[in-house]
Amino acid sequence: MSEPAQKSARKTDTVVGTLLVALVVSLVCSSFVASAAVLLKPRQVANAILDMRRNILEVAGLLDPDRDVYELFDGIEPRVVDLETGAYVGGIDPEAFDPAEAAKDPERSVQVPAEIDVARVGRRAKHALVYLVRRDGEISKIILPVSGYGLWSTMYGFLALEADGNTVADITFYSHGETPGLGDFIAKLAWRELWRGKRAFDQSGDLKLQVVKGRVSADDPLADYHVDGVSGATLTGNGVTKTMQYWLGDHGYGPYLRNIQRGEGI
Amino acid sequence: MSSAAKRALLAPVVDDNPVTLHVLGICSALAVTTSLVPSLYMCLALTVVATLANTAVSAIRHMLPNSIRIIVQMTIIASLVIVVDESLKAFAFETSRELSVFVGLIITNCIVLGRTESFASKNPVGLSFLDGIGNGLGYSVILILVASTRELLGAGTLLGYTILPQVADGGWYNPNGMMLLPPSAFFVIGLIIWAVRTWKAEQVEKPEFRIHEVHRTEAL
Repeated sequence: MSEPAQKSARKTDTVVGTLLVALVVSLVCSSFVASAAVLLKPRQVANAILDMRRNILEVAGLLDPDRDVYELFDGIEPRVVDLETGAYVGGIDPEAFDPAEAAKDPERSVQVPAEIDVARVGRRAKHALVYLVRRDGEISKIILPVSGYGLWSTMYGFLALEADGNTVADITFYSHGETPGLGDFIAKLAWRELWRGKRAFDQSGDLKLQVVKGRVSADDPLADYHVDGVSGATLTGNGVTKTMQYWLGDHGYGPYLRNIQRGEGI
Repeated sequence: MSSAAKRALLAPVVDDNPVTLHVLGICSALAVTTSLVPSLYMCLALTVVATLANTAVSAIRHMLPNSIRIIVQMTIIASLVIVVDESLKAFAFETSRELSVFVGLIITNCIVLGRTESFASKNPVGLSFLDGIGNGLGYSVILILVASTRELLGAGTLLGYTILPQVADGGWYNPNGMMLLPPSAFFVIGLIIWAVRTWKAEQVEKPEFRIHEVHRTEAL
């Protein structure tokens, strides 16, 4: 069924013909790819925003499959925080602020000093986007974006704290590359539930929150600050601990959370 | 349908399967088959790319200069893959994130370039179109078999629905975690190839050499 080979019979087997075919193929293919990219861009951007909002709603405990994500998101107030002072910044529009974009801009980002960069953050934006959940006008939850290196790659997630800026309400990791069936416990509901009610800082304000090896024993004096790890995935658990150490520490949201704890975050 | 058309469409499903007979496309078959949903999208993406690439290459086969034919085929395949990848990001966002780089890697999938070079550049458009669909189906059959096995034994679910309730959720099934890791796909594909070659003995390759024992005295 195949046709006889006609290698020498082709008219385009000359230098000019070859160049011409190459040119036409490149033009057709590039305009095809370019128009697809342009036409699909708005949908892709909308998907990315929708996905981010869904993750935030989920960690806030507000996600309701029967209701529209955009409508639910009206109950959440994004605010830009200056991480160094911990104060809200008025001059930046939270809707337009992209921390990942800002982290690439030398003017708007800082290098995390190597000795405290336990979570391997590298550069981070000077400002961060936090999300406040209000109930009857009062802040009920504070949602903090966090990221840190696990076993294989950077894990991205949200930590939701209660209004006291200390008690954990929930945690999610929406993007990670941890081992399937082992390290991916960080995205599972059963493990997230263990975080609820844990506390980040002790009475003297020291960060104590950590993922321990194996189960938290009943007689652990720090049981309020310790979360079960998974044996066989110790390094993923350590990655989560280090992520908390950095982001809840002085170089992360520490100054902001101290303001909240003093009642200055309204 | 003529017999040539039927052959182009159906032969790659079992008799001339790109995965089990030619052992092509193994990289993505290992990577995306941990669960069924992303595998189905992967099958769809590969079938679309293989079909359109075959059709396009076949349509310009008389104008294709011999010296640049492979690069032209690659350009066409790459363009199609980018468009498919962008479409998945727009219309199946969740799945496109699970598939991550593997949709983009369809460019290097030997099945696609193999069919454009060995079939589409020598056959008319209609037959090449059917051959593209056929090879996409052949790849899909294997991917779906592997993904169903891995998702069922590794997580106790199919398409996300619980079939075997896990011990962790109060059921009786203790999932086999290895099924979620890439090596298990090797075993499953190996078992499928074994089964197919037992059924269709003509697919068994001739051994390249035989070890035969030589008695000491003969060797001297």
